[in-house]
Amino acid sequence: MHASHSHLTLAPEGRGVSRLLSRLSQTRPRGVTLAAGVVLTLIISVALFAPWLANHDPLALSPADRLKPMGSEFWLGTDPYGRDLYSRIVYGARVSLTVGLGVAVTSVAIGLPLGLLAGYFRTLDAVLMRIMDGLMAIPGILLAIAIVSLTSASLWTVMIAIMVPEIPQVVRLVRSRVLATREEAFVEAAILMGTSTPRLLWRHLMPSTLAPLIVQGTYICASAILTEAILSFLGAGIGTETPSWGNIMSEGRVYFQLKPSLIFWAGLLLSACILSINLLGDSARDALDPKMKRRMS
Amino acid sequence: MMTDAPILEVEELVVETSGRKPSRILDAISFTINAGETLCLVGESGSGKSVTSLATMGLLPPGALVAQSGCIRLAGEDVLTATPAKLLSLRGRHMAMIFQEPMTALNPVLSVGRQLDEVLCQHTSQTGPQRRARVLEVFEQVHLPDVERIYASYPHQLSGGQRQRIMIAMALLLKPQLLIADEPTTALDVTTQHQILALIKQLQREHGTAVLFITHDMGVVVDIADRVCVMHHGQLVESGPVDQVLGSPQEAYTQRLLAAVPSLLPRPPREATSNKTVLEVQSLEKVFNANQGVLRWLRKPVTPTRAVDDVSFVLKRGRTLGVVGESGSGKSTLARCVMRLITPTGGNIRVSGKQITELPKSMLKPHRKRIQMIFQDPNRSLNPRMTVGQSLIEGPTNYGTSRREALARGRELLELVGLPVDAIDRYPHQFSGGQRQRIAIARALAMEPEVIVADEAVSALDVSVQAQVLTLLHEIQLRLGIAVLFITHDLRVAAQICDDVLVMQRGRLIEYGPAAQVLGQPEAEYTRQLMEAAPGRGWDFAAGAPVKPRFSPVEAH
Repeated sequence: MHASHSHLTLAPEGRGVSRLLSRLSQTRPRGVTLAAGVVLTLIISVALFAPWLANHDPLALSPADRLKPMGSEFWLGTDPYGRDLYSRIVYGARVSLTVGLGVAVTSVAIGLPLGLLAGYFRTLDAVLMRIMDGLMAIPGILLAIAIVSLTSASLWTVMIAIMVPEIPQVVRLVRSRVLATREEAFVEAAILMGTSTPRLLWRHLMPSTLAPLIVQGTYICASAILTEAILSFLGAGIGTETPSWGNIMSEGRVYFQLKPSLIFWAGLLLSACILSINLLGDSARDALDPKMKRRMS
Repeated sequence: MMTDAPILEVEELVVETSGRKPSRILDAISFTINAGETLCLVGESGSGKSVTSLATMGLLPPGALVAQSGCIRLAGEDVLTATPAKLLSLRGRHMAMIFQEPMTALNPVLSVGRQLDEVLCQHTSQTGPQRRARVLEVFEQVHLPDVERIYASYPHQLSGGQRQRIMIAMALLLKPQLLIADEPTTALDVTTQHQILALIKQLQREHGTAVLFITHDMGVVVDIADRVCVMHHGQLVESGPVDQVLGSPQEAYTQRLLAAVPSLLPRPPREATSNKTVLEVQSLEKVFNANQGVLRWLRKPVTPTRAVDDVSFVLKRGRTLGVVGESGSGKSTLARCVMRLITPTGGNIRVSGKQITELPKSMLKPHRKRIQMIFQDPNRSLNPRMTVGQSLIEGPTNYGTSRREALARGRELLELVGLPVDAIDRYPHQFSGGQRQRIAIARALAMEPEVIVADEAVSALDVSVQAQVLTLLHEIQLRLGIAVLFITHDLRVAAQICDDVLVMQRGRLIEYGPAAQVLGQPEAEYTRQLMEAAPGRGWDFAAGAPVKPRFSPVEAH
């Protein structure tokens, strides 16, 4: 007891600089969240309005214009095949965001019911969670490469390949929430009032999983975008006929020393996109977690 | 051994929340404690008694609560302005604190001996063997058995009472002048509580320590206090010697608080209103068997726990049966078996004559309606994401009542339990604990049950709210003729609400009979022990005087 007091006295006692520092570490500045939101909105609008923003056909080969520098004709220069880099990056945003959002939504949509069932029915839990353990034992990237090489590399197969290893994460999260919530007295009260099991799962157990799911969803979104880029970079992703940030960087790798901008712009956008999604996820976590709310108020 | 110089002086202490709109938590509190004296701070939740103790220890959470003015003088030193280093030595040498829940106050991964050793290491320059000898000596002082074994034990290996003794030993290690005890016995069973209170009193006599004792329990006040300070909404309502404050309270709030304390003397028996048996339990048995599952032959055999062992009782329409016992006596398991939340391993349960013991869960639905439950903690028994109306109509709509009818009935029930009708569209967090328990009662009534099982239904409530909820249950019972199975650890509550009482210990039925008989002239040794240990049994709160040796029936409420 005394020992714990000594730790408390070492901690800032609420005066001067130390107090300011402890406040800063407790509260995330609103500006950061706002900036992340603005960056993400910009990237989303770029993807949405790609046909109007692009000033060249992103697929048009033009050997005469290969490796042009930045200029008024080609804003960010051209790649080794003479395709306009700017237009390719603009269209690449579509692939990245589609993969990110698609994977996040579908993995939550599949993982949520599985998690609810696993958390509530103990016999199903034993079977289902061993399957999930098996899935988690396989490295995600390897599984994705295997799936893509077994099938043809389209947007759909890439999304499924990225989604499969994410599902166990969602199932485990939902299951753990259900395991905790099912012990609550209000769930027992509902059982005693004759509430049917499907209704119990939907009305009483599902809502408590939503807040952590939103947070997990943003992280899945960010990691899916990154995984897609990695797959494309490794050549196991979407073919180069569909520009994505990953395959733009992959193609630029050969001429990287000659022309760093081939990798730089796509990489910058990828980093900004993932960083802002993660920051928004953190803010969502803080806002939805009642404990954090109490500390921040 | 009273001395004149006060150990602790608190003067005009004002504590506010920090933030743009500060709200006042403590409003100019002043009191003093002399050596060898016990001052009880008593009040309901939110009265600011714990904040007072934290401020005294210099432990106000930084960034949340700020002492705006006033001073706290301990041994001539102002705690509020002391430097961290000075505060550290004050905490060790001059004051120490005992917390409510010893399990969370002790470090689970260090042996208790090491934790006490650390205290001595921090504050003294004694050598290892000296420190060990001192720790063992203090263990002896707090009457721990087999001190060498205790020294090497981890907190989880000890019982709740032993852990609280360790906390007291830790507090006494440096012979502080002031001991602050914040609800130190609230989490303990009544017999253990009795022992701990006696221990604190004895140590105080021997060492002349001043004790600041914080509690919500008036019975504990009677047993331990020399002087009492009654707190309400951050203000000191009344203070003075214990006999004076409890005997002739001056302030209306104190009078109300004292009037709300249920008497230990059983209320006069009620006439039986009906002969209809609504709940009958015959030699009920629930054995928790740890050796289950496919791999049971691989594990070390564990002796099964007999949580409920051969318990039988009969509950008639309109009557209240109290089940009392300490924690681990199996009373909650009994309730859960009766509700069929768990399946009993033996015996019979008949609800209105229908056997429900063997029914599979899927066939229980028609019977669930007849028997409903009220839970201990109203914060957790209502779904926080559903409006009161949605909670109230859930049951009836499950049984085919239309939404509109169920809502109309819900409004009537809210009125019945004394809540405004517009409460129906609000969420549980917008209500106080007592109001939430009223909602839970309304929800149980919505099913029109014949039996209500109340599992510690008033234990989480403040004493004045508790009295209101008990009165409500009483009125509802008179009006609707519902039978109540009332599970409680509180003998005072049992004495005031029950017609019959069933005493349980380690899963077994110890004594069963009319309340006046079981609580008035207990036959079983264990029941007598429980009655002896009930805090404040020597004081009659209704009369404001010590209990007369021969008891005379006192009118309830």
